[in-house]
Amino acid sequence: MMTRLFGAPIKRIEDPRLLRGQGAYLDDLGSDALAAAFVRSPHAHGRILDIDVSDAIDIDGLVAIYTYDDLPGPLAEPLPLLIPHPALTQGRTPHALAKDEVNHVGEAIAMVVARDRYIAEDAAERVVVHYAQLPPVVGIQAARAADRLVHDDVPGNLGARMTQAIGDVDAALAAAPHRLALDLTVERSASMPLEGRGVLARWDRDSKRLRVWTSTQTSTGVRAAVAAKLDLPLGAVEVITPDVGGGFGVKIVHPWPEEVLVPFAARALDRPVKFTEDRREHFVASAHERAQIQHVDVGFDDQGRIHGLDVRFWHDHGAYTPYGLIVPIITSTQLLGPYRVHDYRVTFDSLYTNTVIVTPYRGAGRPQGVFAMERTMDAIARALDLDRADVRAANFIQPEEMPYDHGLIFQDGRPLCYDSGDYPGTLAKLKALIGWSDFEQFRADARAEGRRVGIGLAMYVEGTGVGPYEGGHVHVETSGKVKVATGLTSQGQGHQTAFAQIVADELGVALEDVEVVTGDTRRFPYAVGTFASRAAVMSGSAVALAARVVRQKALRIAGEALEASPDDLEIVDGQVRVKGAPGVTIGLGTVAVLSNPLRYAFDEASKAATQFAIGNPDKPPVDEDDEPGLEGKDYYSPAQSTFANGAHAVIVETDPDTAEIKILRYCVVHDCGNLINPRIVEGQVHGGVAQGVGGALYERMVYDEHGQLLNASFMDFLMPYVTEVPSAIEIDHLETPSPLNPLGIKGAGEAGVIPSAAVFASAIEDAEGIPIRAMPISPSDLFTLRARADRLTSERPGPRAPAAGPLEEIA
Amino acid sequence: MSADIDVALIVNGAGYRARVPPRRLLSDFLRHDLGLTGTHVGCEHGVCGACTVLLDGVPVRSCLLLAATVDGQEVTTVEGLAGPGGSLSKVQQAFQDAHGLQCGFCTPGFLTTITAGLRDNPSPSPEQAREMISGNLCRCTGYQNIVAAVLKAAE
Repeated sequence: MMTRLFGAPIKRIEDPRLLRGQGAYLDDLGSDALAAAFVRSPHAHGRILDIDVSDAIDIDGLVAIYTYDDLPGPLAEPLPLLIPHPALTQGRTPHALAKDEVNHVGEAIAMVVARDRYIAEDAAERVVVHYAQLPPVVGIQAARAADRLVHDDVPGNLGARMTQAIGDVDAALAAAPHRLALDLTVERSASMPLEGRGVLARWDRDSKRLRVWTSTQTSTGVRAAVAAKLDLPLGAVEVITPDVGGGFGVKIVHPWPEEVLVPFAARALDRPVKFTEDRREHFVASAHERAQIQHVDVGFDDQGRIHGLDVRFWHDHGAYTPYGLIVPIITSTQLLGPYRVHDYRVTFDSLYTNTVIVTPYRGAGRPQGVFAMERTMDAIARALDLDRADVRAANFIQPEEMPYDHGLIFQDGRPLCYDSGDYPGTLAKLKALIGWSDFEQFRADARAEGRRVGIGLAMYVEGTGVGPYEGGHVHVETSGKVKVATGLTSQGQGHQTAFAQIVADELGVALEDVEVVTGDTRRFPYAVGTFASRAAVMSGSAVALAARVVRQKALRIAGEALEASPDDLEIVDGQVRVKGAPGVTIGLGTVAVLSNPLRYAFDEASKAATQFAIGNPDKPPVDEDDEPGLEGKDYYSPAQSTFANGAHAVIVETDPDTAEIKILRYCVVHDCGNLINPRIVEGQVHGGVAQGVGGALYERMVYDEHGQLLNASFMDFLMPYVTEVPSAIEIDHLETPSPLNPLGIKGAGEAGVIPSAAVFASAIEDAEGIPIRAMPISPSDLFTLRARADRLTSERPGPRAPAAGPLEEIA
Repeated sequence: MSADIDVALIVNGAGYRARVPPRRLLSDFLRHDLGLTGTHVGCEHGVCGACTVLLDGVPVRSCLLLAATVDGQEVTTVEGLAGPGGSLSKVQQAFQDAHGLQCGFCTPGFLTTITAGLRDNPSPSPEQAREMISGNLCRCTGYQNIVAAVLKAAE
């Protein structure tokens, strides 16, 4: 028997190529292409008075300069608002090149095309733009104050206000035995993949077809957008996703201005054109996420059970809203986590600022929601002097309550209904893994040495595998090799391996005989994209279903050839055989030959398939309900998302003098249903945790009052090196299968980053006895908090309690 | 603009002569003039380490060097790490075995850095393994499995 590959920690198929330097990322392609560079706004807010290119046009090697006035037809219209929503009453999107006005530093104003990038940048530098500067709106407070407006026609800088509610929160709060209020802040960070954005386009003048390569998380989306913007039939545009050097959300936005302008130039110039984003451009011209200010009112009883939860938050969405309200909707719904809250109301304002747009970054609004809820749980525990884990347990949705419908609408427009999950089991595993019950002894021992330590925990539920659908195509060639295609893209998640594992199992073939292609609209033109931890659930299920179609067909054809019922057949090692009679076999390659009756013989295999060799003369060569070829296609389209969950715990040590924060242990319990490849899942968790450490302790976008991003480089934006991440990330898995899909899987891609801000805040608060209400937190921030707490203490009698002091917010 | 400059250098064991503009970066020269696109550029300011190559055996940031300055020197890129016949080097194999890469974009810089690091210290402690890679950024792996790969390659 063959070993089942699903669930096995298989080494990745994609690795040898990448390890040899044979990867093909966007900038590795198109060695013959012209290079595009962009003139970008140095001002956060201003009117464009004049663009003067006269000093640039004489540069040797310059090919073209485009400004807004050069853009024809649909390309001159604003870029699409990708995800409209009834609550987004004041959605605004930019033009591909700025028209009259700029709304953030980095906004593209002119595109320069030249023989190489050096020359293009020389020319771009010589394009002179005159502006009338306008006062910028920077930060949520300024946006709320609305003394100045980002867009003249958007009053209050308010893009959207949205409320969702269940139960009667006012009555529940009024009746609750205890009340508490928290004001919370989360700052901006960004996906920051090591490879920035990039696009290459070739126009074929003879066939009037456009081929575009782009470093994207959705090739089908880019294809449709480019076709619309360039006024081309969809069939005349092909989009190919090459190797992508990380995405983490930012590359789901489409079309970027460059993604339509570069193809436009390639067609206009009849020359291949390429744009490769540099790092500074990525900071100021792609997307950020996370910034929110939150206010939480909670009512609870003596056991810490929540009776009412009223959340108000303000979300900074930057200068434009191409991605709609996805991030704040996720915050407002996923905030509830694993907890049962009958009376809940959440209202958010999504606000314009003169800063880079905000679109999903790994976690996509969940880290902020989890921060709000988990800070609340900790605050309740402290107010009641209860164990923080016990307060959480008191509020859990129980496994037997699944499926659990909160009565809210999720980001996909579908009910927020948890399909499965074992939250008490998750917490029990986490407590065992970190040694929750033994920590007080550790704290005491540390304290005796003059050290200050704290432990924190945070739990989350993550809607993964959102629809609407993905598809898969499986083709068995006459060689017996299996070619698989699915439309969504890959940015390092190991799809070629994981999907091959699924198909190899379903078809009964060897892993090395399966080849998977993703993100190529020539191979699979219907797809959505890779985001929201959806690829394994969606395309994994789709390729499994497609493989089952092929399997059925193979068994039917083989049954005819072997004169056996398909029910009596099995496929082992690529051979269809009669169960219990291993001598009677036919290879899948031969079945593929039989599936496709031919007139012409090109080789030995096709010779065997000519009409004179096979077929029943009484029937048509291809039956009415049949198709030639051993191939199959199917789609997976679930009625709703599947909900993964997990819990993190961290032990930190804070330096009593310098306020440095050191991670002593980091533990993760993770339930993403059945694991396709544990090695890949753990890698995803590791990476997420590292990004979470960055977001909790280091990364922030520092804008000054003029809207200048002061730390737009890797020198100044502090992404974790190995020295900043825990030396070990301890992981334990639960596998609660999803009932929603054929493989019982849930998504895993974002999990590692979701509870990070919450878990570090919990641990630092525990170590310091100071309420932690804003993240990220640097040593300087902690130092300042200590000083403030000391002032408060000196004004009040008695020492500051180290761990379970009173909370100033208690109402 | 200043006149182009003649350079002669050895890249992955093969000799090259080229005439380069004075401002041509070594990274661009390797990638776009020699077609050795395995060396990746992640930040263009010497911080991320993705563009690390070995210059006379020493790890350097090729985005911070001008091609004109390496005349007469020997460069090893990721394409030059595999053994005869294309077999993965010990470091490359350890990366696959330990799942030390995800998107693979930063990986060439880690491979060159670690290759030189293990040559200088063939038996690093876990702490030394972390130190060895502490100048390279990776956004995917959280470094756990890269450290594991260093230790595995040293076995």
